[in-house]
Amino acid sequence: MVSRQGSPRIVASNRRNLLVDVLRRPLGAAAVIYLAIVILACVCAPLLAPHDPLTQNLSAVRLGPTVEYPLGTDALGRDILSRLLYGGQESLIGVAQALVVALVIAIPLGTAAGFIGGWFDRLVMRCIDISMAIPGIIVTLAVLAIFSNSMLAAMVVYGILVSASAARVIRSSALNVREELYIDAARTTGLTRGQILVRHILPRTLGVIIVQAAMLSAIALGVQTGLAFLGFGPPPPQPTWGGMVGEASSMLQLHPWMIVPTAGIITVTTLAFGLLGDAVRDANAEGIERPMRTARRRRGASNTDAAPAPAAPASSPPNPDALLSVRGLTVAFGTGDDETIVVDGADFDIRRGETVGLVGESGSGKTVTAMAVLGLLAQGGRVVSGSIWFDGTDISGYTSAQYRALRGTRMALISQEPMVALDPAFRIGFQVAEVLRSHHRLSRRAARARAVELLAAVRLTDPEHVATLYPHQVSGGMAQRVAIAIALAGRPELLVADEPTTALDVTVQAEILDLLRSLQERLGMAVLFVTHDWGVVADICDRAVVMYAGQVVERASVAEIFHDPLHPYTQALQASDPHNAVKGQPLPTIGGIVPPPGHWPVGCHFADRCRFAVDECRAGRIPSFERGEGREARCIRIDAVHSERAQTLEEVVG
Amino acid sequence: MAGMLGRRLLLVIPMVIVVSLVMFLLASLVPGDQARTILGENASPEAVAALRKELGLDLPPLQQYLNWALAAVRGDLGASIYSGEPVVSILAGRLPVTLSLVVLSTLVIGIIGVALGLMSALRGGWLGRFLDAISLVGLAVPGFAIAILAVSLFAVTFRIFPATGYVPLTVSVGGWLWALVLPVFALSLTGTTLVAKQVRDSAKDALAKDFVRFLRANGVSETSIVLRHVLKNASIPAVTVLGIGAIASLTGTIFVENVFVLPGLGTMATQATLNHDLPVLLGIGVLFTLITVVINLIVDIVYGVLNPKVRAA
Repeated sequence: MVSRQGSPRIVASNRRNLLVDVLRRPLGAAAVIYLAIVILACVCAPLLAPHDPLTQNLSAVRLGPTVEYPLGTDALGRDILSRLLYGGQESLIGVAQALVVALVIAIPLGTAAGFIGGWFDRLVMRCIDISMAIPGIIVTLAVLAIFSNSMLAAMVVYGILVSASAARVIRSSALNVREELYIDAARTTGLTRGQILVRHILPRTLGVIIVQAAMLSAIALGVQTGLAFLGFGPPPPQPTWGGMVGEASSMLQLHPWMIVPTAGIITVTTLAFGLLGDAVRDANAEGIERPMRTARRRRGASNTDAAPAPAAPASSPPNPDALLSVRGLTVAFGTGDDETIVVDGADFDIRRGETVGLVGESGSGKTVTAMAVLGLLAQGGRVVSGSIWFDGTDISGYTSAQYRALRGTRMALISQEPMVALDPAFRIGFQVAEVLRSHHRLSRRAARARAVELLAAVRLTDPEHVATLYPHQVSGGMAQRVAIAIALAGRPELLVADEPTTALDVTVQAEILDLLRSLQERLGMAVLFVTHDWGVVADICDRAVVMYAGQVVERASVAEIFHDPLHPYTQALQASDPHNAVKGQPLPTIGGIVPPPGHWPVGCHFADRCRFAVDECRAGRIPSFERGEGREARCIRIDAVHSERAQTLEEVVG
Repeated sequence: MAGMLGRRLLLVIPMVIVVSLVMFLLASLVPGDQARTILGENASPEAVAALRKELGLDLPPLQQYLNWALAAVRGDLGASIYSGEPVVSILAGRLPVTLSLVVLSTLVIGIIGVALGLMSALRGGWLGRFLDAISLVGLAVPGFAIAILAVSLFAVTFRIFPATGYVPLTVSVGGWLWALVLPVFALSLTGTTLVAKQVRDSAKDALAKDFVRFLRANGVSETSIVLRHVLKNASIPAVTVLGIGAIASLTGTIFVENVFVLPGLGTMATQATLNHDLPVLLGIGVLFTLITVVINLIVDIVYGVLNPKVRAA
């Protein structure tokens, strides 16, 4: 999804007309038009009704729809259409009464509580809490009993009772608006609270208020017609919607048609109120998010004139010695015109027991590459071409069931944010035991004991106690140890570590790296270590694979990559590593930004930021060049880069 | 959590006071006369005045309220002015029916709502659209109309379930269940769709969480991920909606009991309204408030049990 960061919150006065927005939606427009017709028709009932609502025609009782009686007649031969039109007056006025009362209470109370806050807010919220537990319908019935069937009194009291829930929603909306910057700005310009409330808070909460009004109307209509159905309200010959449903239900067998128009009009009108509320809510939400959407559209449009998807590179045979051998791995997200290549022909190997660092900035495609190896690409992602050889078998085409058999026991994952990697709703001991039980045949008790052993093996002090804690009760470092314990529960041959130390404090980082190194030595597993931190690479890795904008740009042993980096990007990246910073001198940075997927240049992806770049670099796809055993770089200017570096070093040393 | 529950329980007292006081003060606003209601239109003014004195109706409203409240604390809610029966015994006789409806509806809302929501989060497609359509119907068609349609379809046309009547649980469990199928269906439809939509949304959220990827990456079976991890995380917000559904079905009993002619609190409330029988209505009001508070309390407890962050706080 598009990140919310950087989407400018627009100011209230720039809002477009909400009504226009609602009418632009088919369901919103239908609801508005329907409600307008129904209200108008009921108001004009004396003009529109084809018959008198009370006139009986005993020669035409219980008719279905006819030309003379479009909606049929009831048991006394009265025209149902005319009775619905007149009856609607009663119901709609009842809705209006409840609505007006509820809004008159809820709007000032809700906005004021949200805006003023403090003790006033707490007091209002407490009152709302209490009144929401009041059984509104019983109190309304009591009102009917006391005011001898006065529907007006009933709907007014009902309006008072439902105002609490509306006030609560309006309050939280006002609270959100209050937090926004322009309210502070208004305050500093010397507007009084009252002025801010009326000029800024109220207009911004208007959408929420209309949504609430539509919902309250739907509920009030249900209550009004429900009470009339139970026999309250105007006495019999007088038509009411609810009363007519009651009549229809008493002769379901004799005259089943009558339930259709009577219950139908209530249902459709309630539905229209509901749909109106939905449309206003959506229009309102879009109004606030609009800047984001246009930004996305613009980016999508420029996508088409960006580089075409690169041709799949001819893939070289897998390395037979390697546990994992990735060849020409190309991963894309989206389909058709929206398809975006995010990993472009990645090649690398990991031997048994070896630690390989997959290094790159964010957006280089390193995490996607690692997830592709595990068969866990996020929704919409897929391997377009290339192969993933694991222990001699190409697993890139595996089904999810086949992958499931591999994961946990042969390959495993520890991820970047240990705090969100664990399920917050279960105890740590349970989660470790669960993973153990999915790999080995173990009783609950045995799994539990093994889980504590594993927690001890990842050097958690007091593992018994940690097992009883929930993830939110432990620190990030402890959570990462738990995650490691879970990953190792199935004794995997390959561990994918996706930036496992990035979110941790420096001292904790060192401990986790220590732990991983010693566990790896003991268990002899291979590790694919995804990181952007050269310090971590130097600390724990045997070899490094450097990625830039979806491509592997250099592969080398750790010693080589530090002492003799071949690719200009690797060099620049190391120069800008804060670990190499010289005190008192500005930190060198690489000019420009990593081009996002879909905006990669045709030639070398790094060319625009590279000081060695020549025209040829931008002409076409750049292949990788081998420089010794397991050593290669995707650069046609290796020699130039290399000789300049040698020169500089000589100057420095000499 | 114990502290939070304690505070919740303390809120019961002001709630009951507010409900009863509101009803009392409303009653005192009208010159309508319970004594005349009891004695009938033809009673002599002297007889009415005597009865007013006997019932304490000549006292100022606040005094009347205090008398009522003091008696209520001792478990005496007065007597019906229509039948003369003590309100407490009327309520006791009718509570089981309404409680059966509310408990069964809540179970249906919870079980079917969670199952539908989970399935639609996993499968999406037609099930999701079906759920959207049903929930529109559930929200739009008033409960009494659903009840009537259910009667006309399953009781009148197909004659599968009884159209009216109630069988006490103590007489026959099967008969009790059979008699309540249609009313429970009518009461639970809206709540079920609300819960299903909530579970669908929160299950989709949970499925997108890092911990699901982590569990998958480390070999936990899909069944366990869905039925254990996703389900538990998705039920946390759904519990609140389930509580709303339970309270809505309590309110719905007023209408639905009337359609199915069930001898519960709902039919009693409408009868009492027609009879201007305020002591009974007052008693039902207090009882409904208490049931609402208990539902909210259960919601809080279940929420706390499911969500360890609340429990620790």
